[in-house]
Amino acid sequence: MNGRSGPVQVPAEVVATSRAGAYHRLTVAAPAVAARAQPGQFIALAVGGPASALLLRRAFAIHRADPGGPQGGTVEVVYAVRGRGTGWLAERVAGDSLDVVGPLGRGFTPPPAPLPCTLVGGGYGSAPLFPLAAALRAGGCRVDLVLGAASADRLFGAADAGGAADAVRVTTEDGSAGERGRVTDVLPDVLRRSAAGAVYACGPMGMLAAVSALSAAYGVPSQCAVEESMACGIGVCMTCVLPVRGDDGMTRMVRSCVEGPVFPGERVRWDDVGTVPADTVGAGPALRVVAG
Amino acid sequence: MSRVDPSQVDLATQLAGVELANPVLTASGCAAAGRELHQFFDIALLGAVVTKSVMLHPRAGRPTPRMAETDSGMLNSIGLQGPGVDAFCRHDLPWLVERGARAVVSIAGHTIDEYAELARRLRAAGGVTAVEVNISCPNVEHRGEVFSCDPVAAAGVVAAVRRETAPDVPVLAKLSPDVTDIVAVARACVDAGADGLCLINTLLGMAIDTDTMRPVLAAGTGGLSGPAIRPVAVRCVYQVHAALPGVPIVGMGGVVTGVDALELMLAGACAVSVGTATFADSSAPMRILTELRQVLAERGVHRVADIVGAAHRPPGEPTVTEPKRSALPAERRVGRS
Repeated sequence: MNGRSGPVQVPAEVVATSRAGAYHRLTVAAPAVAARAQPGQFIALAVGGPASALLLRRAFAIHRADPGGPQGGTVEVVYAVRGRGTGWLAERVAGDSLDVVGPLGRGFTPPPAPLPCTLVGGGYGSAPLFPLAAALRAGGCRVDLVLGAASADRLFGAADAGGAADAVRVTTEDGSAGERGRVTDVLPDVLRRSAAGAVYACGPMGMLAAVSALSAAYGVPSQCAVEESMACGIGVCMTCVLPVRGDDGMTRMVRSCVEGPVFPGERVRWDDVGTVPADTVGAGPALRVVAG
Repeated sequence: MSRVDPSQVDLATQLAGVELANPVLTASGCAAAGRELHQFFDIALLGAVVTKSVMLHPRAGRPTPRMAETDSGMLNSIGLQGPGVDAFCRHDLPWLVERGARAVVSIAGHTIDEYAELARRLRAAGGVTAVEVNISCPNVEHRGEVFSCDPVAAAGVVAAVRRETAPDVPVLAKLSPDVTDIVAVARACVDAGADGLCLINTLLGMAIDTDTMRPVLAAGTGGLSGPAIRPVAVRCVYQVHAALPGVPIVGMGGVVTGVDALELMLAGACAVSVGTATFADSSAPMRILTELRQVLAERGVHRVADIVGAAHRPPGEPTVTEPKRSALPAERRVGRS
């Protein structure tokens, strides 16, 4: 059964909710989850209430896990309202109860010895980078934080970033905050100046692909937290797969919920996400796309 | 209606000659091979773990998106991704056996020969409580020709698996509801040697993204599961039990609560599998087992076996759950009082 490190399923009281630009913050009291959580892991919430027609859990990266505190341990997530499930979540108020499963997945791996680290977040993908930054700095690493979004309201954490990192660069595509452009426009400069030894990234797939490629070009290993659509979050439904090369060089369709969500950037076949490459283990003629 | 102490309800059920401690099972494809769920509850406490359908060779499955949430349900097009039977027999089956779990192993193949070979490998491996013959996965090529849509093809597969499986291990045929006459397919499977039936697999469905104006699933179509299909499952179990009352049925399709499990058992299922509900609630099979015990107790049922198929009794006839009425002869009662 369950050890101290595995996930738990618990009823959790909503402690606080707030808006953060285009996003929502949600804090729940879940001591057992908070005590186990590592940066980069996520929780999966049931949505819609007991009589809900929405059956699938919503997965959210952990923004903050506070094992202490007056509530005895809290977990905070950041999300965007995208449909009925997250819309329902946005209507929760303090005192409501949520069914929480977590912490789930493999989080970020810190470097074995202190190194300059560059953390890159796109949109609310920056949420899990804050606890990572704290852990890295506690371990003696310099942390450079790069935050990017389409517009100022879609940045997350820019106001807190100064206290979370040794240096911060902000980009927006419309120029409404920070430098006009994308995170990848400033990343080479950050990597050079900081002599980065590790890159950690979380955000949209396209950004992760670009960050992974740039990091590789600069000879810096990257760890990327992916956001794939999931049904269960615990590894039984097999919906959140993507093509990833293993230690043996072979490509397999792996579950982002248990083998990930954090993957070495150079292992993910970014250009092939959404497909089953022909050289994948177990790929065959049966994989013809009917309507895709 | 006399209440029964929930702890006194006898949940033991017979599945084609195998006694299960209780009638709640996982559903194939919704519990992998048990490891993940074992983080949340002891899987050995379930009636059995029905493993994800395993094929002869490793299989990568279908491209993503593989999943679409629908009202009270979901579509999936996983495409039987899995490690292949040899890896399964090396890693997964021994793990289940070591934990004391009953393993109902689901198998899927492209040809009758593949099914036969899968059965041979499982027989060699040992530790199998029953074999589920998945002849109804909608997410494989030639969907229109899945074995369970044709009584003759279905019988061919079942006969081959039955031939290669140890005599004391039941062979269960998993059928598709997407047929004109499920009783005809069920009868063909039983005549070919199936010891029991699993009803139902997912229904073939589709969702279209109205923003992109394209199908949501990369594969276009997928299997619909969840509470949305439960009435179809109840109907299929009821029809097959009516036609073949002696054939054990594992019922599945949208079971989310203990009451849902009871409904399928009243239709004629001697055991019930929990599938999609596990995605929403990692503890669902164990919760449903607890709820089933409770709802049986509330209805005065001492033995779950007594209410299997009770919905088939004539209108007005009392069930075992009602107080004895001296005016009615005891032999008219369903089951035992």
